[in-house]
Amino acid sequence: MIGLHKSTMKNPVIRWIDSRMPIFSMMQNEYGAFPTPRNFNYFWNFGALAMVMLMIMIITGVLLAMNYTPRADLAFDSVQRIMRDVNYGWMIRYIHQNGGSMFFIVVYIHIFRGLDYGSYKYPRELLWMTGVILLLVMMATAFMGYVLPWGQMSYWGATVITNLFSAIPLVGQSIVTWLWGGFSVDNPTLQRFFSLHYLLPFIIVGVVFLHVVALHITGSNNPLGIEPKGPQDTIPFHPYYTIKDSFGLCVFLTLYAAIVFFAPNYLGDPNNFIPANPLQTPADIVPEWYFLPFYAILRSVPDKLGGVVLMFGSILVLFVIPWLDTSPVRSARFRPLYRPFIFVLVASVIVLGMVGAHHPEGIWVILGRVGTAYYFLHFLVIMPLFGVIERPLPLPESISRPVLRPPGAGGGPLPGGATAKPMDKA
Amino acid sequence: MRRAVISAALAALLAAGVATAARAQDETPKLPRERWSFSGPFGALDLAAAQRGFQVYNDVCAACHSMNLLHYRDLSGIGLTEEQIKAVAASKTYDIIGDDGQPTTRPGTPADVFKAPYPNEKAAAASFGGSYPPDQSVLVNAREGGPDYIYAILTGYTDPPPGFKLAEGLYYNEYFPGHQIHMPQPLHDDQVTYADGTKATVDQMSHDLTTFLYWTANPEEVQRKQIGWRMVLFFGMMAGLTYAWKRQMWSGLH
Amino acid sequence: MAETSAATVAMHGEPDTGKRDFLQLVTVAGAAIAVGAIAWPLLDYMNPSKDVLALSSVEQDLTPIAEGSGITVMWRGKPIFVRHRTPTEIKEAQDTPLSQLIEPQPDSERVKAGHAQWIVLIGICTHLGCIPLGNKPTDPRGDYGGWFCPCHGSQYDTSGRVRHGPAPLNLFVPPYAFSSDTKIKIG
Repeated sequence: MIGLHKSTMKNPVIRWIDSRMPIFSMMQNEYGAFPTPRNFNYFWNFGALAMVMLMIMIITGVLLAMNYTPRADLAFDSVQRIMRDVNYGWMIRYIHQNGGSMFFIVVYIHIFRGLDYGSYKYPRELLWMTGVILLLVMMATAFMGYVLPWGQMSYWGATVITNLFSAIPLVGQSIVTWLWGGFSVDNPTLQRFFSLHYLLPFIIVGVVFLHVVALHITGSNNPLGIEPKGPQDTIPFHPYYTIKDSFGLCVFLTLYAAIVFFAPNYLGDPNNFIPANPLQTPADIVPEWYFLPFYAILRSVPDKLGGVVLMFGSILVLFVIPWLDTSPVRSARFRPLYRPFIFVLVASVIVLGMVGAHHPEGIWVILGRVGTAYYFLHFLVIMPLFGVIERPLPLPESISRPVLRPPGAGGGPLPGGATAKPMDKA
Repeated sequence: MRRAVISAALAALLAAGVATAARAQDETPKLPRERWSFSGPFGALDLAAAQRGFQVYNDVCAACHSMNLLHYRDLSGIGLTEEQIKAVAASKTYDIIGDDGQPTTRPGTPADVFKAPYPNEKAAAASFGGSYPPDQSVLVNAREGGPDYIYAILTGYTDPPPGFKLAEGLYYNEYFPGHQIHMPQPLHDDQVTYADGTKATVDQMSHDLTTFLYWTANPEEVQRKQIGWRMVLFFGMMAGLTYAWKRQMWSGLH
Repeated sequence: MAETSAATVAMHGEPDTGKRDFLQLVTVAGAAIAVGAIAWPLLDYMNPSKDVLALSSVEQDLTPIAEGSGITVMWRGKPIFVRHRTPTEIKEAQDTPLSQLIEPQPDSERVKAGHAQWIVLIGICTHLGCIPLGNKPTDPRGDYGGWFCPCHGSQYDTSGRVRHGPAPLNLFVPPYAFSSDTKIKIG
């Protein structure tokens, strides 16, 4: 028949729907039978966890918005009303508040996986870049979300970060006035931040869709960094990875529940329990923990514009690492010279986080500058250089035969005992 | 080469750690660690202490400090009966506009917000030389150290050490950052006659008041921890079950 | 690149079915319990909150209401008529034969025992929801001395019962109780 999809679904009702709108076939192909490398480790759980976190944040966020009032004189009290008078309001609020932190933990580990296993390399450049876009939109969403309770840290954090844009030459101050909708962070700012905070997560949903499309064209990377050669190297996503992701989800939810129910304010700042006061600046203006490394980079440069450029640059540089990394080998498992430096990068980001939490004095200034210097050194110097000068370890023949073949050994399916070429097409 | 790089990284972390420790050496002494009924994952609220604390708030603190986020009906959370709540509410008067359009007053009801001592923040600050007595609804959460801090402030009034320059109109407190606090010592022995007969020492009143203030800031805490245990145990059990299923399912792969 | 499941099985072996039925059952049951347990707070969140419930009952002092007169009080967003009936009005209400009523109901069912002089009604016409007139002695009260709805002409008697349409039902009586002889609590 013209135009109808050839559905293989058995149930007649589902078949009727599927032949006109093949959502069931699509689910079966993309999440049912989809061939997935058989050698994933638990780092590969974090993409699915991120998707679950996005759903949790949207559901709890929509519920909170039913009771939240985005007006400067009413916002703080409306949040407290949710905590006290709305049935289970405290629970929805704490899940949402700590969910922001959990979302960033999951995404930062997900990014680490990408760096360690070369998931950004050919042919997954767009997968990586949509990911960086997602990180940026997440950060904007989280920043605006933190302003909404209109506590001291909400107000002053918003003031500091929006003021940064004044560093832009010529048009800076006009941009800031435009962002504020006034001459300081005030009610117009709060109201537009609420509107955008509600909007951006749905933009994230759209970009996640593109991210998954990009993934399903190239297929997933795997810990060995070599492409699957055939069905012997893959297993269907369902049931193997659905059950593994379910297990990972349960472990994650146990940790998440422990934080929400036993230490819901541990990751927060006491100052945000004080209603915003434009006439009183808190002793320490500190962003939420997931922004601390970037805050440290910002403050490590004495020049205001320089600090802003480096702070945004630290995220923008991520866009181009598929081209900065010159190594022919994907997974850092086989890059003995380069791999330790990934851990130095992680350490420097952690140190930068600690720097961001302290006053910029004494040793913290030095550590901040060293950390910032290493961060950019890693991407701009080490990545391009090491790919060229390094001698990678021999790669395994295939995923299902991970036993390494020493170069020159005879026998085996490939002539001359050749090892698998790096970054082969599947 | 690799070892050198890792050592360098560890050294940096160590340096940061040491720096943190050094930094912690502050002027203000460490807070005394009190024992609270609500502390820890098994914490429960000592209702008797909270009720005594409410009496301290009502008789002493409410003269200067508002409690704008609480309603009288919320007091059922510390065990007050409906009759007691109605009586407390009715003892306060509220300004309203009468049916004739003129200002008048009425007695409070359980649905009312706690009566504030001053009509607004500015009026309150003006009565205290420009210093606003903070609203107490979430004060415990708004201070680093939480209940330990509040208790320390309440019991921390002493004479200033010799040579300390105390500014006019301020009072010396051991634990207040900078040691000079606007609030005079609020609690004195036997200031309040407890309804249950407990001796009202400064220590006792401070302890009870802090318990009450912890409750006003976190009224959901007891229910939250109870649900929390069920959640953590349930997800832990599900983690075990799904792990077993996963191992079983994957064992078929060669 | 999609494979048939037969090829998958041939390649990798069947996922182990062994003890799977019991383990599977318990795990799926656990997941179902989780979904239910999580669904309830999400739904209850949207139920009336504590501050809404606190305002869900209203106390009214009856002493300022003169005989023959009535007032309107707001309760849960609706107007409530509280009228102090004269002895003549009470007698009229009690003596009406039920056969003459559009919705037969004795007056005794619509007042509290021992307080027949007080009639408490939801002041919303049962036709299309207008607010009838009749609380003040100077208001038009219709032919039966109760209330008159100006929208489409429905008339109610001194017990709030509909006597002339188009309204089909008597004015509703809200839940209320006498907390003392001079005070009622509605809701």
